[in-house]
Amino acid sequence: MQRIGVFVCWCGSNIAGTVDVQAVAEALKTEPGVVFSTNYQYMCSQAGQDIMKQAIKEHNLTGVVVCSCSPRMHETTFRKTAAAAGLNPYMVEIANIREQCSWVHKDMPTGTEKAIILGKAAIAKVNLNTPLTPGESPVTKRALVIGGGIAGIQTALDIADAGFEVDIVEKKPTIGGKMAQIDKTFPTLDCAACILTPKMVDVAQNEKIRIFSYAEVTDVKGFVGNFTATIKKKARYVKEDVCTGCGICTEKCPQKKVPNEFNLGMDNRRAVYIPFAQAVPKVATIDPDHCTMLKTGKCGVCAKVCTAGAIDYTQKDEFIEENYGAIVVATGYNPISMDKFDEFAYNQSKDVITSLEYERLMNAAGPTAGKLLRPSDGKHPHTIVFVQCVGSRCSACDEKGKEYCSKICCMYTAKHAMLTRDKYPDTDVYVFYIDVRTPGKSFDEFYRRAVEDYGVHYIKGMVGKVMPEGDQLKVRASDLLANKQINIDADLVVLAAAIEPDKSARPLATMLTASMDTNDFFTEAHPKLRPVESPTAGVFLSGACQGPRDIPETVAQAGAAASKVIGLLAKDKLTCNPCVASSNEIMCNGCSSCANVCPYGAITYVEKEFRQPDRTTLVRRVASVNEAVCQGCGCCTVVCPSGAMDLKGFANNQIMSEVDAICK
Amino acid sequence: MENKNLREEIIRRSGVNPLKCMRCGKCSGTCPAYDEMEYHPHQFVYMVETGDIEPLMNSKSLYKCLTCFACVDRCPRGVEPAKLIESVRLSVIRQQGNNHLNTDTIPDIIDEEMPQQAIVTALRKYNK
Ligand SMILES: Cc1cc2nc3c(=O)[nH]c(=O)nc-3n(C[C@H](O)[C@H](O)[C@H](O)COP(=O)(O)OP(=O)(O)OC[C@H]3O[C@@H](n4cnc5c(N)ncnc54)[C@H](O)[C@@H]3O)c2cc1C
Ligand code: SF4
Ligand code: SF4
Ligand code: SF4
Ligand code: SF4
Repeated sequence: MQRIGVFVCWCGSNIAGTVDVQAVAEALKTEPGVVFSTNYQYMCSQAGQDIMKQAIKEHNLTGVVVCSCSPRMHETTFRKTAAAAGLNPYMVEIANIREQCSWVHKDMPTGTEKAIILGKAAIAKVNLNTPLTPGESPVTKRALVIGGGIAGIQTALDIADAGFEVDIVEKKPTIGGKMAQIDKTFPTLDCAACILTPKMVDVAQNEKIRIFSYAEVTDVKGFVGNFTATIKKKARYVKEDVCTGCGICTEKCPQKKVPNEFNLGMDNRRAVYIPFAQAVPKVATIDPDHCTMLKTGKCGVCAKVCTAGAIDYTQKDEFIEENYGAIVVATGYNPISMDKFDEFAYNQSKDVITSLEYERLMNAAGPTAGKLLRPSDGKHPHTIVFVQCVGSRCSACDEKGKEYCSKICCMYTAKHAMLTRDKYPDTDVYVFYIDVRTPGKSFDEFYRRAVEDYGVHYIKGMVGKVMPEGDQLKVRASDLLANKQINIDADLVVLAAAIEPDKSARPLATMLTASMDTNDFFTEAHPKLRPVESPTAGVFLSGACQGPRDIPETVAQAGAAASKVIGLLAKDKLTCNPCVASSNEIMCNGCSSCANVCPYGAITYVEKEFRQPDRTTLVRRVASVNEAVCQGCGCCTVVCPSGAMDLKGFANNQIMSEVDAICK
Repeated sequence: MENKNLREEIIRRSGVNPLKCMRCGKCSGTCPAYDEMEYHPHQFVYMVETGDIEPLMNSKSLYKCLTCFACVDRCPRGVEPAKLIESVRLSVIRQQGNNHLNTDTIPDIIDEEMPQQAIVTALRKYNK
């Protein structure tokens, strides 16, 4: 028989306001196993914890029930308290009489009645509790960062700085991400390349960091501290360690008409290319879709001109396996497709462009060498219309838009408008907005400067239609404050397209068993208190893969994710959660039901010898749970047809006794 | 109070929830009949939302809407202003107490490609 102590907390008036705590403590005194019962104003306070410690010692308690707030809040606190008094921490159970009782009931009698019942259930459970001891698992002291944008770069640099090895896997031929495509950055207008490329070089030169560019993660196995990732290094047909990045091949390749993705298709590159001058690694890549040698076996010009002998047309995709203790997801975002927004005529006119395309048009290394020229005829535009919220805040358009605010477009549109007016005072610049959202440090001041100092026309209203006519774009829009419909003859229309997570994010999340929201942004373990951790242990989040954000926020989060990774890798051993599943080998019939439902892949099967009553041995296949991988979700216990699978700390008989106590 | 009932009725019949409107003005930015109207599509939505129905019912704007559905198609929040306009129009017609259409003549006048709502609206409008 257990010797159980019951501690009923008032939580100030949070509980005591609707639950008669005195009556609850009294009523629970007579429950089986209970030898001590009391109530106190704040059980979580130092004084409250001292009461518990003292009672454990004085009454030789073997189990504790705290009737208080949610276990999510203070279970750890009370377990630690019990442990300090010499009790096994898993002999503590919480009856949630706040969130599930006092907060949802209005009158005292009902609240009190329910609190008593919840207390009885917890007591029934503790009566069947057994002391549990957490196991330990080792930690591989290396980290994997998936995605090499500014988020991945910053996280990798910070982890390496603490002395741990990091691998960055980037699917493009170079790291840098979207920031490498941006011209200048709000709110200070420093040139993106000037602040990004030094970091890219740092990554390249850091001994602790390896870059797998033009590579993807295709499989992840294992668990916190012990992941194994398979990395696919796509064939780039250039020997990475031999290529000097001289670029001669990219000048001589006869295939000149390949749309250049770095400039968003606004100019062309060759079939062999280096994405941009400061690319890291600065190595050429052959595009197999356009190289005539790879397609037809004829050409070979690049191999002839390459003095280093780096070209290798026989290269194959390569798969390598690496071990890591922690994984950081930094897969970023992309602007959504404008194909379905017919009203803006994006597909009808070259002079309707997205904001990211505008960045390239303004950039000295862009298709127009930094001169603002229309994509259609290369003429200088005089009237430019910017449209905000294109596809953002759009709840009606499931398959084309996004319900959320993309957060960055108000600011980058103000930046574009301001820079345009600054460089080309002869332009008329209109910005159509629904709201201007600028809640950041120096952000609103920045937007007001665009209006007050640079004369950008901000119009509250939305563009309804863009109609290409001759070499102009007829823009029809509303001016809500003037209560007018206005028509503008524009030379260029710039759409602030909503942003969405990279398409590879969902399959990656499945691989990592990391959760996502309905928009495919990675979900954090707690939106306020654990913002850079995924709910899956050992998986961390960095940058825009978690939600729309600008560079300052991305870098801050990247550093935070790195510090969490460092905290993990600094440990030699990890304690595991002892509340895991275990299978009774005698009862298990090896049916595989449990392995099929386990979301974490924790269950494998082993062949075991069993001695029969007649002394012969029988070899049977039985389930075996990897305790370090099991997260204690309990799916397996539910599906096991023979009742062999059970969850420590939440055993079937414990749950049933709780139900019985409630129904009594 | 009467207005409140009228407001409820207009909303219920149209199936539109004016509270979804984020006042972006895209409907009014796209409406081909805008200049003919005294009250514009986004104002319609707002006036119904706030129960300011009388001026709407007395306004010629009701009959200027082409039921082209450009606003319905483009509204980012799925508000469907044209359906609200239609619903107000119906209230006016029902107040007048008669239906302007002889049902027997419908098959002869309709054009197959016309949206159903346009047929009903157009007939009510012109068959005076
Ligand atoms: C037009 C425009 C202008 C902007 N201007 C500014 C500005 O002035 N100031 C500012 O602060 N912010 C600005 N931003 C926002 C800025 O671009 C982002 O905050 C920043 O790029 C986010 O960085 P990231 O690393 O999280 O994502 P990204 O830059 O998207 O990087 C993600 C990287 O991961 C790689 N990747 C994706 N999936 C995988 C995978 N499965 N495997 C391997 N690699 C993968 C991608 O190839 C990419 O390199 C602007 C954005 C836009 C669209
Ligand atoms: S072999 Fe391919 S990449 Fe090389 S020069 Fe010829 S077409 Fe270009
Ligand atoms: S940041 Fe501004 S432009 Fe972008 S979706 Fe939000 S409100 Fe619209
Ligand atoms: S349906 Fe009516 S209100 Fe809507 S855009 Fe067409 S004419 Fe304007
Ligand atoms: S387009 Fe829709 S959301 Fe925008 S003002 Fe009109 S009804 Fe409201």
